[in-house]
Amino acid sequence: MWDIITNALPQLIAAGLKYTIPIAIISFLIGLVLALLTALVRISKKGGAFYVLKAIVRFYVWLFRSTPLLVQLFIVYFGLPYLKISGLAPEGIKLTPLVAGILTFSLNTGAYCSETMRAAILSIPKGQWEAAYSIGMTRALALRRIILPQAIRVSLPPLANSFISLVKDTSLAASITIVEMFEVSQQIAAQNYQPLVMYCLVAALYAVACSLLSWLQGYLEKVTSRYVSNAN
Amino acid sequence: MLKLEKLNKSFNGHRVLDSISTTFPEHETTVILGPSGSGKSTLLRSLNLLERPESGLYRFDDELFDFAKGFSTKEVLKIRRKTEMVFQDYNLFPHLTVLKNITEGPIQVLHEKSDPAKKRAQELLKKVGLGDKAAVYPNQLSGGQAQRVAIARSLAMKPEYVLLDEPTSALDPELELEVLKVLRQLAQEKQSLIIVTHNMAFAREVAERVLFIENGHVLFDGSNQDFFNTKNKRIVDFISAMTFENI
Ligand SMILES: Nc1ncnc2c1ncn2[C@@H]1O[C@H](COP(=O)(O)OP(=O)(O)O)[C@@H](O)[C@H]1O
Ligand SMILES: [Mg+2]
Repeated sequence: MWDIITNALPQLIAAGLKYTIPIAIISFLIGLVLALLTALVRISKKGGAFYVLKAIVRFYVWLFRSTPLLVQLFIVYFGLPYLKISGLAPEGIKLTPLVAGILTFSLNTGAYCSETMRAAILSIPKGQWEAAYSIGMTRALALRRIILPQAIRVSLPPLANSFISLVKDTSLAASITIVEMFEVSQQIAAQNYQPLVMYCLVAALYAVACSLLSWLQGYLEKVTSRYVSNAN
Repeated sequence: MLKLEKLNKSFNGHRVLDSISTTFPEHETTVILGPSGSGKSTLLRSLNLLERPESGLYRFDDELFDFAKGFSTKEVLKIRRKTEMVFQDYNLFPHLTVLKNITEGPIQVLHEKSDPAKKRAQELLKKVGLGDKAAVYPNQLSGGQAQRVAIARSLAMKPEYVLLDEPTSALDPELELEVLKVLRQLAQEKQSLIIVTHNMAFAREVAERVLFIENGHVLFDGSNQDFFNTKNKRIVDFISAMTFENI
């Protein structure tokens, strides 16, 4: 059994470093930007044309939160090539597996994280806004200097959870032909007829990665909560 | 000079400020008194545009604004720079050190350079008796210390008026005194103050003018002496009730 493991491990780790981790990180970063923009639109007090934008953004969040990630991946990778838009994309929208994967993961995690960020922003007491307004801040400045720094601390644990979920969810990318870690484990299992060992091994690798992330989460929480601890 | 004319404000159809007209002279301390729910906070917050009355005129020095017409963002910011609010529960920024709480406005809003802003913040901290607290976070302060930082934060903006909404109501008596001492000093320095308070002894000592509000109406608007010598039964009852409370 050691042989099996020592033979497979380098390939699995290579796939993890080449696909799983980069896909997770890139998608999460794009997702965070999307989430922040989405949350800001949703808490905005602007009216007029903003209502349309708000409606679009709400539809986006609803759509990605109420459909399975695997189905989303299939629609983007297998479905969009059949979406023929004359002028824009007469041949259908064909994305490479990697682009389709990152796009879908970003949109999905962005939808979830936007709810986290919106809730975090709304959880900051009204008095913080008022104190910021009182020293002459605009809404944008108050948000940037006073509200968001506090909201980020509040949203750190749920955002970290989202990231950890995303790392595991990247295994779904195997279904759209990306040779990430789980796909590699399947390929090896098909060759060495050791599915139990292979899948337990890949599970252990995910577990190690996620444990490291949990530890990092704990560290970040400690750093960002300097000012809430040791109250007297 | 700050002047209000015929200010009206309702919440959900309930009239909270009813045609309030008054003047807050510069370099004087005005104390706003009245029973709970009479509209004191709403009035004070209207001066800083945290509340927007439906109608009424707002005169600030030579400029006249009409609440019915609303304010441009520029006008709002201008008024807020001249008036600073000190809240009952301090509302310090918990993620910033005491020093940064004070320099945040001058640096971010007034675009002052960092070094002079810090120097002035240190002076203000000394002034409120907290010269050694610059580097701590607000959660390490007592209520009385937090409120003095909040006062220093408001002064850092060099406002024409400091508006204080029951600044000591959340404090234990011994902590209240250290805040009141700072306010007395500001009053003596002729900083324009508008203070909502329930502390009669303090009001009597620092107020040059008293505004008494009941049910959104101005019941008294005049000098300290006239207020505490009035024969108006409602006010006499209020003063004695409040004074008894403080014994
Ligand atoms: N944001 C609000 N929404 C609804 N009603 C309010 C609001 N703020 C104040 N009120 C009501 O307005 C009245 C006056 O309140 P306030 O100005 O806080 O009085 P005071 O400061 O004199 O105690 C009260 O009846 C209060 O319930
Ligand atoms: Mg009040």
